[in-house]
Amino acid sequence: MQTALSIAVDALAYGMALFIICIGLSLTMGLMRVVNLAHGAFAMIGGYIASYAARDLGLGYAFGIVLAMIGTVLIAVPLERLLYRRIYDRSELSQVLMTIGITFCVIGITNYFFGPTLKTIPLPAELARSVDLGFRGIAGHRLFVIASGLVVAGGLWFLIERTGFGIHLRAAVENAPMARALGIRTEIIYAASFALAIGLAAFGGVVGAEFLPIEPYYALRYMVTFLVVVSVGGAGSIPGALAACLLLGAIDVTARYLVPDFGNFFFYLAVILVVCAFPRGLMGRAQ
Amino acid sequence: MTKGFLNRWLPAGALALAGALTLGASAMADTIKVGIIGPFSGPFALQGKNFQAGAEAWLAQNGKSVAGHDIELVYRDLPTANPQQARALAQELIVRDKVQYLGGVYFTPDAMAITPLLKQGNVPLVIFNAATSAIMTSSPLVVRTSFTLSQTTTPLGKAAVERGVKKFVSIVSDYGPGVDAEGAFKKAIEAAGGEVKEAIRIPLNTTEFSPIMQRIRDAGAEGVFAFLPSGPPTLGFVKAFSDTGLKKAGVKLFAPGDLTQESDLPALGEAAAGLITSFHYAVSHESEINKRFVAAGEKAIGAPDLLSFPAVGAYDGLFVISKMIAATAGKQDAEKAVEAVKGLGWESPRGPVKIDPETRHITQTIYLREVAKDAQGRWINKEIASVPEQKDSGLTK
Repeated sequence: MQTALSIAVDALAYGMALFIICIGLSLTMGLMRVVNLAHGAFAMIGGYIASYAARDLGLGYAFGIVLAMIGTVLIAVPLERLLYRRIYDRSELSQVLMTIGITFCVIGITNYFFGPTLKTIPLPAELARSVDLGFRGIAGHRLFVIASGLVVAGGLWFLIERTGFGIHLRAAVENAPMARALGIRTEIIYAASFALAIGLAAFGGVVGAEFLPIEPYYALRYMVTFLVVVSVGGAGSIPGALAACLLLGAIDVTARYLVPDFGNFFFYLAVILVVCAFPRGLMGRAQ
Repeated sequence: MTKGFLNRWLPAGALALAGALTLGASAMADTIKVGIIGPFSGPFALQGKNFQAGAEAWLAQNGKSVAGHDIELVYRDLPTANPQQARALAQELIVRDKVQYLGGVYFTPDAMAITPLLKQGNVPLVIFNAATSAIMTSSPLVVRTSFTLSQTTTPLGKAAVERGVKKFVSIVSDYGPGVDAEGAFKKAIEAAGGEVKEAIRIPLNTTEFSPIMQRIRDAGAEGVFAFLPSGPPTLGFVKAFSDTGLKKAGVKLFAPGDLTQESDLPALGEAAAGLITSFHYAVSHESEINKRFVAAGEKAIGAPDLLSFPAVGAYDGLFVISKMIAATAGKQDAEKAVEAVKGLGWESPRGPVKIDPETRHITQTIYLREVAKDAQGRWINKEIASVPEQKDSGLTK
């Protein structure tokens, strides 16, 4: 029982970290219809900025997160204007080619400037401390990740379903020419949601760094995991992405405890079963 | 007409003449080419850079010529383990670049793909890293200046039992070297009177280790033996080990030194403190010759915290090649060259070493080290004990 609880807590923390990183990708793929393979690269840039701010400049963790989100968005917005805008209505293949190109560029540039070694983001004492849950100790950081995941999920749901911006966004996605005819400036809506997705990627890169350490090949190493989460959850669906992350996180962590020799077998088995049963993902909408 | 002819052909003639002159000149100075194959780009670029730094450090200290023969290094990039490409690169180096010696090679499969070429090409191969015992039996023209996993792991068994740690869980990444390490440690710990209660193999790409830590806790182990590739898996592992409280509970972590490569130590830091590893070389090794090597190596690699063990393999590799050149008087004779270095002993930056005449693998001191801070506050592998004259126990039966 104690072991089961312990695994559940680990699974929850891991799933939430995945969720924070992947939800931005789910939004760009589902709402903006852009297959952004460079999403992980932006999460990695966030991690690098936070590491530089918190470790090399000694500015602290909270400040590191803020700087990472702002800095990554500042890097991404010119890219959106110059590159991404051209591929919004192109085929998936062009999108995949361009964004994987961006990924390789980012890997090369970070490798050149920061070197190939691992970068850590020092945690503040409150988060590094072990918190007693009664049945075991857990790093405070993991509780922080779980809480952050819930806040992100709730905040996004509110933004998209309950605010004016959300209405405009959904209108632009549903029928862009009609939305424009009604006076919605779709290019601004797109730029803003792109920035939002990238900001979330950076946030996820930083808080998830304890699970997925920051190094130049981050962008490539976890690309498949991120894409799998989005396709299992259903692109564009917040509850879907949340469910996918929790389900896959639980399966991954449990399988690793019970049968580590099987490796990722059960993870991918679950993916195959879900995709067979729900071709559009758990909560994907018909297009 | 004649003018046009002259215009067209005179420069070419002059070039040919100049070419013949330089050829004659170089024949007198006699340049010997050494082909070095390693990962100079891609995820393992740091290891390749260390090859280069080690080789250049040797040249910087000893000059570019050996007994009147100039050494020219020809680097070839092989980013990841890729036997077919390794073979093609070696072939190209032997046939087109006419190298007399081959060196480098980071991964075992690549070394295995190159060894069949050596006899026909009349070229010896000096391995700077690839660390599987069996490579040495695949060709008599291979000499190795690195280490093998079983060579570095064997002393851990005794060291653990001496520290009162007997019940182990072994955790390795599920790939060739991991499986080798698991076997070597099991043999060593059982010989010393301890036991491995559970041997777990995990997929290579694992970075989230909390469930594994729970397994260790449930198994009631006193010690953990781990072998994972350096980089994200190692960082994740030592972090999880200290975060989940296993470290505080007094469980001891033992590992071969690959885990605490100096270039990873700044990132591992506090989480790895106290981790005991065994290895053939620590950058912090106390000796005059190592100090000079580290100074030259850091200059060649560009940043102080990037230097680690592949550099010393390359440095000693070039020493061995220089002895081969001297013994053959610059002529291409692979058998004679290898014969000349059998039994060769010298003082390396890692300590006293010797090429074992039977296996052609390097016999060396294996050090027991603990991750600790030095006087300047840098994380180092602090040597706490040494086991001299270790042969490759994976070969000597």
